[in-house]
Order: sequence, then structure tokens, then C-alpha cells
Amino acid sequence: MLKIEDINVYYGNIQALKGVTMDINEGEIVTLIGANGAGKSTLLKTISGLLKPKQGIVLFEGEPIGGKAAQSIVKMGISHVPEGRRVFANMTVAENLELGAYLRKDKNGIKKDIGKVYELFPRLLERIKQQAGTLSGGEQQMLAMGRALMAKPRLLLLDEPSMGLAPLLVKQIFNIIEEISEEGTTILLVEQNANLALSIADRAYVVETGRIVLSGKSEELTASEEIKQAYLGGH
Amino acid sequence: MELIQQLVNGVSLGSIYALIALGYTMVYGIVKLINFAHGDVFMVGSFVGFYAITVMDLSFIPALLLSMVTCAIFGVLIERIAYKPLRNATRIAALITAIGVSLLIENGLIYVRGAQPEAYPNNVLPMDKLDIFGVSISSQSILILSVSIILMIILQFVVHKTKIGKAMRAVSFDSEAAKLMGINVNNTISATFAIGSALAGAAGVIFGIYYIKIEPLMGVLPGLKAFVAAVLGGIGIIPGAMVGGLLLGIIEALVSAAGYSLWRDGVAFIVLIFILIFLPQGLFGKNRREKV
Repeated sequence: MLKIEDINVYYGNIQALKGVTMDINEGEIVTLIGANGAGKSTLLKTISGLLKPKQGIVLFEGEPIGGKAAQSIVKMGISHVPEGRRVFANMTVAENLELGAYLRKDKNGIKKDIGKVYELFPRLLERIKQQAGTLSGGEQQMLAMGRALMAKPRLLLLDEPSMGLAPLLVKQIFNIIEEISEEGTTILLVEQNANLALSIADRAYVVETGRIVLSGKSEELTASEEIKQAYLGGH
Repeated sequence: MELIQQLVNGVSLGSIYALIALGYTMVYGIVKLINFAHGDVFMVGSFVGFYAITVMDLSFIPALLLSMVTCAIFGVLIERIAYKPLRNATRIAALITAIGVSLLIENGLIYVRGAQPEAYPNNVLPMDKLDIFGVSISSQSILILSVSIILMIILQFVVHKTKIGKAMRAVSFDSEAAKLMGINVNNTISATFAIGSALAGAAGVIFGIYYIKIEPLMGVLPGLKAFVAAVLGGIGIIPGAMVGGLLLGIIEALVSAAGYSLWRDGVAFIVLIFILIFLPQGLFGKNRREKV
């Protein structure tokens, strides 16, 4: 579904991604794990068009999207839930969800999908008229995910959905991620909590200082001594 | 009674400031630029209205609409040509460019048509005096005020209920997140310039009808005062610009009423200084904490 070949991405003169190659198959949950500043978010931003790769190819369903404008990438079916949620704090929950469907014209479909989001996140329905800035961190995460789903993505990019949330909420969010996946949306998940990420992912890539240093099935990586030492707090 | 009449004058003048201030505040909200050429868009709007009425023989409403459309296009052109290439430059570079654009428009117009003033014909709107509780109010000021209020209501509707309005609010809050929604940020910025400039154009026509005399440098002082009004209400906040404009108009009128009409222009800037010292976020601004 998504194929990335040997991309280099720069912030000014600083190279953030060095020859990254990866692929995601339809229906999978793939996770990127790695330390702070390894380049995970950069990779997501490159896929969603916020950053342009200097070299290399990004293919989505066979079509090159590297360097395309973010809005055309959204239109093709990739939604990105950014790190820190980035909900529109000055707008209501309902308005945030409407903005998620900005490019869609099917009014009835939008209405139906808003209903679906409220089914998935009943908490949002209770807060429908509230300004997004007044929501708790967990609710904002739900809103950010609901907003992204409103674009009807086939590939959903999630950046640190567990950041700053209480363990119980994290569990809830991850259950919902699995639910979204079961409904047929492919997911690329960036997560610092590697244990958790590997527990729901099919495959994983380990990112270190802008490079993919390891990849494989989640079970294999969970079992690997190297990964245990570096990322799973193993002894 | 004198006082009430001055208040009516103040509200009329204030509604003109408010219309101009809206453009300042909307543009600031979305690109964080004080568009110092905005007062000159107001001036151009006034001239377009003048020629529409005198040369094309249009009546008030068509002239107003023509001026608004012309200014909308003009505003978008300014943005595309002068500001867009500087989107990622420092803010001071954009600010200096705005001042340059302002000088270019003023002197460009003087070059094309000369610096001589023009006078709006005084029969554009009916000139009846209405007697309300012993206060005589010209029907003109009521019409002008109504037009301003209608425009502001339309603006509120556009910003809150339409798709482009929601996109504008999204981009001004977080342009990167807006991109992720599929919003075309460049088009949204252009739309903001178009709407703000159209309001300035309307203000220009209203100004001409109310004060008769127009000239190529007429945008400088009202532009600066509208900027003060926008800061007074809280820069970037739309209702703030409306209230700030009206308030500034009333303050000026009261200063005149108190017999200090020579101080009228100075007072606006004294207000600016006090606001910046004591309430830098403006009347409607919230003290937003910077996220670390």
C-alpha cells in the first residue's frame, strides 16, 4: 500500500532521515519505535506531505506522493494525527470533526461518519458543543483521531497517541486503534512506549538517528535481546 | 443634546474604523503580519467608489459593491505579489515590505492621477435630518451605520458558518494542522485578504460619502487609527476589532465634545500607548501561555 524507498529528508542543512526504506501492506498495523529525535515524526510528516523528501520515492498505492501538497495527499486517503494532538482549541468538538471532513462533499456520508466517530468515542458526544481547548488530554487525543477518521483514510498515521495520558486511558486508546484497524484501516503507529506498540502491531521498524536499524514481525522483535535491552526496559 | 450628537458622530466614525480594523485583525490572525498597506486599500476603495458614482453614474449600493470587489482583487494581488514570497521570511522583512507597498500605492496613485483631492457628490444618499427625542440625526449617519452593521453581521456569518470561514479560523490557529485536514492554506490566506480588503473598500466609500473630501494620502491616518482600534480590541480577534473601532470613534468624539478637537488625532495614539503598557493583549485578548 505504501512504499518508501531510500528517502533523505532535511531540516535546513540537518539531515533527519538517511536512506529510509520501508513498506506497509494493506490492513496492517505497523509501528515505528525509537528514541526521541530518531526521526519517527519526520517520517510521518514526510508521508503526509508536511515535509518534502530531497531524494527517494514515496509511493501510495503505486502513485508517487513524495513532494505532493498535503491537501492532495489527504484526498488520496492518508490522514495524519500529529504529535501533541493539535486540535483546534478555539473551536467546538463538532467543528473540529467537520474540519476533518473538509475535502468531502457527501453531506449524508459525513453525517453518518460523525455518528460513527461518536460511537467510537462516546466521550466526544458528551462534549459536542465544548471548545476543544477545554477537553482533557485523553479527550483531545480522541478528538484528534476522530477528526482524522472523518477524512475516511485508508492509511492512518498516528504520532504518539499515548503521550501524557494515564495508563487506563492509554489502554482505551489502544483498544480503539485495534478497532479502527479491524474495520479495515491500515495503520502506521509511532510510539515511544515500545511494549505497547509491539503488542498490537503486526510489524515494526526500529529507527535510530534517522536510519532504520532493524525491522521484522512484532513477535520477533519482542523476543530479540537487543530490542529488550534498548527499548523494552528488559534486564 | 450636543453630547448625544457627538456620540452619534463618534459611532459613525467608529464604524468606519471598525470596518478597516477588521482587515488588519483578520490578516494578522492568519499570517501574523501587520499589513500597513491596508489603509491604502481603503483609500483605493474610496476612489473606486468616487469614480463609480461620478463617472459610471452608479448609485450607492452598486458603487459600494464595485468598490468592495475591486479592493478584494487588489488585496489578493498585494498578498500574492508582495507577501507570499516572504511567507517564511522574518516578520520584520514582511513588515518593511508592507510599508513599502503602502508607499508604492500612495505614490503610484499620485503619479497616475495627481495629488489633487476630489469631492464626493453630496446627493448620493438622501440628506434628511431626523428628529429623535430632540436630537437631530442625519439620515446619512443612520444609513452608514446600518451598512456597517450589516457588513459585520455578514462577516460573522461567513467566519462562523461557512466552510471558508472555518478554514480561516483553522489556519489562523494552527496552519500545519489545517494542512493535515486538507485545507489549502494559500487559498485560505488569499480569501482572508480578499474579505478584509473588501471591508476596507466599503469603509472607503462610506468615508467619502460622510466626509466628502478624498485624496491619495487619506488612508494614512484612518489606517493607523484602525490599527490602534485592532490593538485596542485585541489583535487577531474579530469582535475585538469591531468594539475597538467603535470605542475609538466614540473616544475621539468625546474629546472633541470636551472642546479639545485639536487633540482628536493624538488621543488615538495615547490610547495605543496605554493599551500597550497596561493591557497588551487588548480588551478581548486572553493571556495565552506559550507552550514549551
